[in-house]
Amino acid sequence: MDELCARALNLAQTKGASYADIRLVTTETQSIAVKNGIVEAISLDSSQGFGVRVIVDGAWGFASSARLERDQVEEVATLAIEIARASAMVSGGLIDLGPPEVNVGSYRTPVELDPFEVSLDRKVDLLLRCDKAMRRARGVAVAEGNMLFIREDQVFASTEGSLIEQQIVETGVGLVATAVGADEVQRRSYPNSFGRHQGTGGFEFIDRYDVLGNAERLGEEAVALLSARQCPSGVTTLILGPTQLALQVHESCGHPTELDRALGTEASYAGTSFLTPDKLGTFCYGSEIVNITADATLPRGLGTFGYDDEGVPAQRTYLVRDGVFVGYLTSRETASRFGQRSNGTMRADGWGSIPLIRMTNINLEPGKWELDDLIADTDDGIYMEMNKSWSIDDKRLNFQFGTEIAYEIKNGQRGDLLKNATYAGMTPQFWGSCDGICHQGHWDVWGTPNCGKGQPSQVAHVGHGASVARFRDVQVGVMR
Amino acid sequence: MGKDEGMLGEARLKERIEYTLSTSKADQTEVVVIREREQLTRFANSYIHQNVSKDDLEIRVRAVLDKKIGIASTNDLSDQALRGVVESANVAASYQQRNPDFLSLPWPRPIPHIDAFVERTAACTPRKRAEAVRDICIPAKEQNLNASGALATREYEYAVGNSIGVFAYYPTTLADLRTVIMSNTGSGYAAAVSLDIDAIDAAAVGREAIDKALRSRNPVDVPPGEYTVILEEYAVGTLMPYLAYIGFGAQAFQEHQSFMYGKLGQKVTGENITIWDDGLDPRNLPMPFDFEGVPKLRVDLISKGVVGGPVYDTYTAGKEPARISTGHALPVPNDFGPFPWNVAMETGQASKEEMVASTKKGLWVTRMHYVRPVHLLKTVVTGMTRDGTFLIEDGEIVTPVKNLRFTQSILEAFGEAEQIGREAVLTREAFLENFIGGMRVPALKLRRFAFTSATEF
Repeated sequence: MDELCARALNLAQTKGASYADIRLVTTETQSIAVKNGIVEAISLDSSQGFGVRVIVDGAWGFASSARLERDQVEEVATLAIEIARASAMVSGGLIDLGPPEVNVGSYRTPVELDPFEVSLDRKVDLLLRCDKAMRRARGVAVAEGNMLFIREDQVFASTEGSLIEQQIVETGVGLVATAVGADEVQRRSYPNSFGRHQGTGGFEFIDRYDVLGNAERLGEEAVALLSARQCPSGVTTLILGPTQLALQVHESCGHPTELDRALGTEASYAGTSFLTPDKLGTFCYGSEIVNITADATLPRGLGTFGYDDEGVPAQRTYLVRDGVFVGYLTSRETASRFGQRSNGTMRADGWGSIPLIRMTNINLEPGKWELDDLIADTDDGIYMEMNKSWSIDDKRLNFQFGTEIAYEIKNGQRGDLLKNATYAGMTPQFWGSCDGICHQGHWDVWGTPNCGKGQPSQVAHVGHGASVARFRDVQVGVMR
Repeated sequence: MGKDEGMLGEARLKERIEYTLSTSKADQTEVVVIREREQLTRFANSYIHQNVSKDDLEIRVRAVLDKKIGIASTNDLSDQALRGVVESANVAASYQQRNPDFLSLPWPRPIPHIDAFVERTAACTPRKRAEAVRDICIPAKEQNLNASGALATREYEYAVGNSIGVFAYYPTTLADLRTVIMSNTGSGYAAAVSLDIDAIDAAAVGREAIDKALRSRNPVDVPPGEYTVILEEYAVGTLMPYLAYIGFGAQAFQEHQSFMYGKLGQKVTGENITIWDDGLDPRNLPMPFDFEGVPKLRVDLISKGVVGGPVYDTYTAGKEPARISTGHALPVPNDFGPFPWNVAMETGQASKEEMVASTKKGLWVTRMHYVRPVHLLKTVVTGMTRDGTFLIEDGEIVTPVKNLRFTQSILEAFGEAEQIGREAVLTREAFLENFIGGMRVPALKLRRFAFTSATEF
């Protein structure tokens, strides 16, 4: 590997690159899917390859290949140079990466129980028992469960002298119970929706969430939702449970604080950001109790690593402090425009993609409330949990979410079950109405393994720490 | 890199597939090879800021041992790697339980020949893409506008073989250009897609988006509510894959989660609405077989408002007596089920100009953003308008408006189609990026469309 790296970097410099880096990545994946008592799929996948990024004539070029061979490395480095020269034909000025980043080191995800050493029998058995438990509830049409394990080994090297080896291990598990009625489909997921809950770590990650102990409840709730009352329409107090709050943070804070978005480089796909640079340090993003951090060092977080894909060490930074917008997620190139150093958020989807500014773990810091007290303190409202649908405009202002389950709150008590719950709002008004956040005891880091960005599109695995929070005067029940 | 330069070719892939099959001891074995070489030039703030090339392939093996199915993949074509992936698939199968619903891998059926490889697309150089991008950026800058977008050229090789005689091979190419042009207060969008890079006139695409961007400046507020809308082809092309995702596949149908369930032969939308899937249609991006090597059949999904039926793969077809696969399998493992990705809607008689002229009050919608399902059986989706939304009054476009959020049943909306465009345009949505195919759809004038909130721009 070292020889391949050296070859690529030397060749790039010889052919005129003022900067070059290379990432060699090998990925092993194991996935298991169970549905209605049948093991639908067991899949063992591997991929390897490398990508070379160069700056030539002040412009970027990138090329990659699955063939880890000497002649291919030379061909790819040469192609990257050619691509960079073409980029320079339509230039926006010379790229400035700021001061050199020279880091030599390694990182491995802390793992107690290597998930690839745990037998497939054990994994399949657990999923089948969960499946059986979900289907105990009469009316469950589809019970699904899945596990996913990933091990990614990466070597990063740059012409500035960085040489970093990392091994990231991820573990994920998810259950879904679906009940179907005459005009309704209702589902309940655990620990998180849209596939699974996922984090960095070993099989101990699954043991934390007692999936078997929660399976029967999922089936019962899915069936109960078929005949539940429709979520009413109106303006009310909204309390969001942890997984839905995590996605709210993702969509309305994580994405608009990506500095590349704010500078317009994602305009043609996902859009830009209402958090323009002139707002930094002064804009009231939320109420005074709202504090949002980006932290790539958080244990078990899906966005946790040792170094980003530009070789910048993982770190923690504030994005919103005491309600004020104070920071972006940055790269070397974007940070240098403000005379700053990158805060280490450049991440690539595998060997074949360039790194982009991505979320790491974007967290709403815990508050002081006990959940029971927060509900008791709420006269009228709705508690919503577990995301079912999500949509936001291309500057990250107007949003609408739907959740799997909701409960009416009346006179400080949790009451009727509600179905098809939705809510909508505008980001700063919404966060400005936040007047209660639950404490650390209700806080966990939730994985979002399907964050899309870029052209060609990339998928990032990101995390969000969240507890429970209350928001005032929110429009709910949006669906006609 | 053109057809004979760097392509693996039919002979080599057939040899590799046969070698892989020969090492498997499973009852049945399937090998799917997907080779993709993509070059994409991306621009923002009117300059090229990202410019990439990726060359990858995936070899996916499905091993069936007494109805126990294991799957493994690699991206290495060496003998050692292929033996390894077969062994992994067999190991995975050994830990499985018997799946009584699985009948068999598909038996061979004749596959039509389609010639859809355009040399000049495969051979397109970084310089040529940069020149095309320059043809958009310079005119945009001249108008004090900001150009962003991406121009991609791709070449694909697909090959499928199984141990009971299936072998299919198909090379093809794709060129895909999208651009968003922005002023300080508005934006415009345009796109073009073709097998042939020379069929894409970047300057013309840029002019379309620039024109929209200029006309979108200083938008006004309009209140949310129900409006008559004219949806450009881009907007219809965004709704269609979500309708497909929600309800056109046999898995959702068999699980009673599709709007089609219980409605076969029944009217679910307007009589003027006809939608089908046809992988062989040369006006779309054709794909003659699916990821099991089954030839694609035309499927009439909705005919004159009446439900025809969903698309099938071998597994879902096996669950219904006398049903055959329609050739819509995705690569395994697949929790989507079969999916149609060469969809078309029947055209009508109206031009977009006629649609505007006949509208007393309504909205023109260029494009939709971040569409997501809200209610599966009612086909309700939510999303935003984007990049060119205008108010129509008394038969004329009078002003640009700030973008609105809609929450609307697709089938109900289609049921309100007062006019259908006379031309169909090929569109591609981001989540279909990995497949050869698109949505070929006309513009629609809909009597009612529900906007539930607005944004600030």
